[in-house]
Amino acid sequence: MKFDTPAGQNPIDRLTVVGKPTDRIDGKFKTTGTAAYAYERHDVVPNQAYGYALGAGIAKGRVRRIDTEAAKRAPGVLAIVTTLDTPKLGLGKMNVASLFGGDQVQHYHQAIAVVVAETFEQARAASFLVSVDYAPEAGKFDLAAEAKAAKPVEGSSGEGSGGGAEDRHGDFEGAFAEAPVTLDQTYTTPDESHAMMEPHATIAAWDGDRLTLWTSNQMIAWTHESIAKILGIPKENVRIDSPYIGGGFGGKLFVRSDAVLAALGAKAAGRPVKLALTRPLVINNTTHRPATIQNIRIGATRDGHITAIAHVSTSGNLQDGKPETAVDQTKLLYAGANRLTAMRLAHLDLPEGNSMRAPGEAPGLMALELAMDEMAETLGLDPVEFRIRNDTQVDPGKPERPFSHRDFVGCLKRGAEAFGWDKRNPKPGQVRDGQWRVGLGMAAGFRNNLLMKSGARVRLDRTGTVTVETDMTDVGTGSYTIIAQTAAEMMGVPLDRVVVRLGDSAYPVSAGSGGQFGANNATSGVYAACVKLREGVAQRLGINSADAVFEDGQVRSGNRAVPLGEAASAGELSAEDSIEYGDLSKKQQQSTFAGHFVEVGVDVDTAEVRVRRMLAVCAAGRILNPKSARSQVIGGMTMGVGAALMEELAVDAKRGFFANHDLAGYEVPVHADIPHQEVIFLDEVDPQSSPMKAKGVGELGICGVGAAVANAIYNATGVRVRDYPITLDKLLARMPDAA
Amino acid sequence: MSRRDLVAGATAAAALTALPSSGARAGSAATDAPVMAKVALTVNGQRRELELDARTSLLDAAREHLHLTGSKKGCDHGQCGACTMIVDGRRINSCLTLAVMHQGSEITTIEGLGQPGNLHPMQAAFVAHDGYQCGYCTPGQICSGVAVLAEIKAGIPSHVTADLTGAMEATPAEIRERMSGNICRCGAYSNIVEAMTEVAGRQA
Repeated sequence: MKFDTPAGQNPIDRLTVVGKPTDRIDGKFKTTGTAAYAYERHDVVPNQAYGYALGAGIAKGRVRRIDTEAAKRAPGVLAIVTTLDTPKLGLGKMNVASLFGGDQVQHYHQAIAVVVAETFEQARAASFLVSVDYAPEAGKFDLAAEAKAAKPVEGSSGEGSGGGAEDRHGDFEGAFAEAPVTLDQTYTTPDESHAMMEPHATIAAWDGDRLTLWTSNQMIAWTHESIAKILGIPKENVRIDSPYIGGGFGGKLFVRSDAVLAALGAKAAGRPVKLALTRPLVINNTTHRPATIQNIRIGATRDGHITAIAHVSTSGNLQDGKPETAVDQTKLLYAGANRLTAMRLAHLDLPEGNSMRAPGEAPGLMALELAMDEMAETLGLDPVEFRIRNDTQVDPGKPERPFSHRDFVGCLKRGAEAFGWDKRNPKPGQVRDGQWRVGLGMAAGFRNNLLMKSGARVRLDRTGTVTVETDMTDVGTGSYTIIAQTAAEMMGVPLDRVVVRLGDSAYPVSAGSGGQFGANNATSGVYAACVKLREGVAQRLGINSADAVFEDGQVRSGNRAVPLGEAASAGELSAEDSIEYGDLSKKQQQSTFAGHFVEVGVDVDTAEVRVRRMLAVCAAGRILNPKSARSQVIGGMTMGVGAALMEELAVDAKRGFFANHDLAGYEVPVHADIPHQEVIFLDEVDPQSSPMKAKGVGELGICGVGAAVANAIYNATGVRVRDYPITLDKLLARMPDAA
Repeated sequence: MSRRDLVAGATAAAALTALPSSGARAGSAATDAPVMAKVALTVNGQRRELELDARTSLLDAAREHLHLTGSKKGCDHGQCGACTMIVDGRRINSCLTLAVMHQGSEITTIEGLGQPGNLHPMQAAFVAHDGYQCGYCTPGQICSGVAVLAEIKAGIPSHVTADLTGAMEATPAEIRERMSGNICRCGAYSNIVEAMTEVAGRQA
């Protein structure tokens, strides 16, 4: 189905199932431990052996020799494959660093060997007997030191943000020089880790030259293609299956070493092999969100209208790696005739930087929205009012291009009212509650809506059961449920008559899970397939599909009402289609908006920060399942608190690795860090987006939260910290007297 | 050999360059046949007899030998709580204990609390409040949640308990403090506290 004109009235608009807060259909499996994740699939193939991965102990250089003799003699060992036994393998889609093969070490903990044994304990023990001789080389690991040598670079996150090395509209320098009120500040964000709860894991089994991978991956089609390319086998000989994924956040968008090592280990051992990366390997072997140094300059009139805005971001990566696209939202969020955005990239020999939840916007808004707070204070304006004053209904760089729907102002006003923003004391450091200095902060959230082709197959059997098959994944987002809701709405059956099967490369290719594009596109693909199935049903029943009403498990046309299953009485009906998009998103800018509001308490003596209240108001098109969408948003808010207050990969700039490579050293928010969280969805639809009239919302929740926390801390204490995370050591020396 | 020695070698260089003697030590242990030991446990009400490599953690005994994969391995370091089981009435990180140390123990895993057609009230509350997303930390959260409410009922104090002599209540502050060993990276905390509060109210 080609979607190239705005959606009119369609069966989804009935909203009998779609749009209703709905318990997840996979909930009973996840809460009873019966949802089987990649490493747990004992049933799929017998005789599974255990693989254990080894990572390089240097950050850069060459592997000279790997001695496996002792390890091979260890009990239970079936095979050892080293990177020196293996020619350099090709890269998978979006991979920057090699996953395995050859003697070059590009980053610390790059995979150099896999030991396969009868048991996990034996594989692990034998791996300690492998000794490795390296020829280390000096590397570059310190972004601040390398930033001076950073080169202008264009780039895309592949998830809706990106741009040229330098994008200009009007005359930024001239307007900035003339502006009566200006800001020129630099902000930094650290390297961060996805730290999803399930480590990357794969079971690999060969049947002759055919390979099946039961793995944990967000993008089945990419991984399908990538693993075939990496191993040099035809794609038709590979099957990927990933029905449950224990979190990804971008860390499982691309094929990683677990899949490659399991496949090579299984080949060498002549047996299926299961392998999970150890927690330390997850951090240095896989990808991370790169650190940034961001300069923001804003010029405004005295009454608070922005006339000039510039955002320049510097990040680092390996050779051929991309920049963190932290400047993108600054092109679209606020008005202003004179604009400059630019990205610079330094070479670093740290592990590969790549997508993590809202790549670009998440760190970009941590800087921009902190700058906006500073600018509002300089102007003597309320931060909400300053943002409202600079709203724009068109792409500021291309004024002929409107937003499809933009209720950013609605988010801010509704949020301010619901949060009690009028009670905020604009003068920082004034409010005390016992041991705590209390402050309120807010920030804008912004993330683009991405349209991607997405397919599905829908089958109807004689019992009236509708089965949906698509290679879409559910990374915790609630895909199973919204897909079932879509099919139920389209076919006029209750939710429990829909079966949803996901994550298998044997199914039609979907958008996959990333860049908050999954929900809208995957359900639109299901919509397209259901439209086709409805036609098939009408044809079988000999009725005009235009008259047919699918409702209450029946198909009705005029006075005739037939149980839906009857259409399949002569055999199952099946329909497959994809949603494909025209140029609507080029004519109009499709984005999602939020207002984030946060209250913090800062301990008067220790400067410990506690988040006391949080609210997000989101304008993101139709919300398909308000229950799981809310969860997506509070999850983003939680990760945003982590980014603001604690998350930081500690770079060992001498040895070239992230030193805090586990969940004790890399701190993420825990229960005690997170208060009750409120989310309000504005009631809206966006017919420009898709037949579902929905947009992405999964990453909007993290966009801007960090700055709202930072701004609340400033309001509480009067201490402005521009280097994230805002740990108490950065506050303590500058805290006001406790008295 | 301690568990610390066992887990120290994820980086291949460590044994060679930093600790030349540890390679030899680990070597003698690893080239010997594994030490096998018999252990009998009661798991979810059923007596299970296993003969295990003595190095097998309680978590791996459940996941790899009993095929009870509900308990998750998130870190294998006792840092994330995904492996939480209730052992002899107390919640523990099952990755930090060896199976052979639990001869005779009564063990409850997520599978023992309830099944898809027969949910435990805590499991049902997690579904109703959407107290999970990816689901990987969920069994640990639920086992911990059940044990936390029992701890509060038993009057066991926590760091945030102000009054050690009065009746203890399952306040949000108590729940958050006691649940902080169970990380949820998807960020379902707000909903988990609501699920537990509902169950606590029902129990009261």
